[in-house]
Order: sequence, then structure tokens, then C-alpha cells
Amino acid sequence: MDWIASLQGLIGGVLIGLSAVWLMGALGRIAGISGIIGNLITLRPKGDSAWRLAFLVGLVSGPLVIMAMGGGLGNVVDAPGAVIGAPAGGVPLMLIAGLLVGLGTGLGSGCTSGHGVCGLARLSTRSMAATGVFLITAIVTVYVTRHMIGGGV
Amino acid sequence: MNSTTVKTAAGYIAGLLFGLGLAISGMTDPARVLGFLDVAGAWDPTLMFVLGSAVGTTFVGYRLVFARGEPLFSGNFQLPTKQSLDGKLLGGAALFGIGWGLSGYCPGPAIASIGGLSLPLIALLVAMVAGWFIARKISS
Repeated sequence: MDWIASLQGLIGGVLIGLSAVWLMGALGRIAGISGIIGNLITLRPKGDSAWRLAFLVGLVSGPLVIMAMGGGLGNVVDAPGAVIGAPAGGVPLMLIAGLLVGLGTGLGSGCTSGHGVCGLARLSTRSMAATGVFLITAIVTVYVTRHMIGGGV
Repeated sequence: MNSTTVKTAAGYIAGLLFGLGLAISGMTDPARVLGFLDVAGAWDPTLMFVLGSAVGTTFVGYRLVFARGEPLFSGNFQLPTKQSLDGKLLGGAALFGIGWGLSGYCPGPAIASIGGLSLPLIALLVAMVAGWFIARKISS
């Protein structure tokens, strides 16, 4: 096992947790990416958009800060110094995947952050169920594409 | 400073912490995510550590924050009130999982990766936004 990668995972997870705690403590909001940014784009709620846009800018600038520091804190597989990994497939696959991610998180009211981090921390039954379901379908999807169809993505 | 400025600054800090966390943990690399989901292959435990420490930190932090009674810069905590497990929640989660497993991208890492923009990532982001609009259409 790659202990450095795991340690970076632990540290990164704490930062994500602090982000969620800060957003709740400061603005009283769940740090769910699909909720914050999905609603910003599809609803543009009056008087409730500026912090969402600022969150989006912050989210994008985080990895840029690590890149500006030389990338040594990145954790890309087999690529020391890299911060952002390459997509795992071409445009057609990403179009299908993106549509499913958008549709699914929109209908399911949350993603890995809203349900997976904030929801589990609140011990929400709905979030526990959603997290269980998306973990299982994701694992099955990877199994099918990598081990049954073969070659994989 | 007026309240919009304070709220905007608070939103930026939250986004920045989140983006730093994703970058340092390696969640901005789809190979890390797919490696975790590939339980029958060379399993990569990184995401388990990320989710574990994020949930642990949030679990403790939320209790401290809720004990205070109200947020610093806003009137009240806005928490989901729905309790029931319905088809929309579970069906949506299932569709999301398939898309996540195909690409290794969930919304946060996909957006945080904009700094390393590529054609496949643009395709994913555009399709994800289209999916959000379709979901809103279906829900309304």
C-alpha cells in the first residue's frame, strides 16, 4: 500500500471536512457541490447566488494554488508533481457519464459531498441510502467496464 | 463590510478549502477514484481515507457548530427536512453512480479540475450541467 497517498487522503479529507463545517458555521449551508453549483446555474437564486459563485471560484482555485506551489502536494497516481489527473476516456464516454452524473445528482438531491460527507455526518437516513446506492452502482459499473467488457475505459 | 461581502468571502473560503482538500487528497485524479471503485483489481484505498476523515471531521465540527444555535453570518441553519426514501432519491443515486463509475468524476472533482482543462473534461462538464437542467425539468 502507498502510505504517502493514504496520508494525503487523510489530510485532504480533513480539509474537505473543515470546508463543510465552516460553510455550516458561517452560512448555515450544506457543502454539497451539486446543490451549491447546480442551483447556481439552473436557478440563479436572487440574493443567494454570490456566495455560490464565490464557492465555485474557490473550488477551482484550490488545485491552482497547489500547482502554483510546484505541485509537490498533488496526489495523482504515478505522476509526482501533478495535481490534476487526465480524464479516463474520450469525449463520447464523458458526454454519457456527465449526463448521468448531472441527472442523477439532480434527481437524487446530492452527490459524494452533500450525501457522502455532510449527510453521513448528520446521520441522515436518506443520505446513507443514497451513498450506499451510488457506491454500489459505481463499483458494479467499474467491474463491468474493466473486468467483463475487458480493456476497460 | 455589508453582509453580501461577508457571505461572499465566507463562500470563497469554503470553496478554497474544499478545492485544496480535493487536490491534496488526489481526488482530482480520476485514476485514484476508479482505483478505489475497482474492488476486483489493484484496489486503491485513498478515497476511503478521504471520505473517512472528511465525515469524521464534519461529524465533530457540525456538533460544535449546531451547539452554537445559529450560523455566524446567516439567520438559521438550512437543513434538509425530507425523511422518506423515494424512487427519485434512490434512482437518482443509481444513475449518478453509473456516471461516476464510467468517468471517475463526481461533481466536485470535475469542477475543481477546470485548471487542467481538456476536451473530455469540457464534454463531461457540459453534459453534467445539461443533466442538472433536465433533472430540474423532470422535478418541476
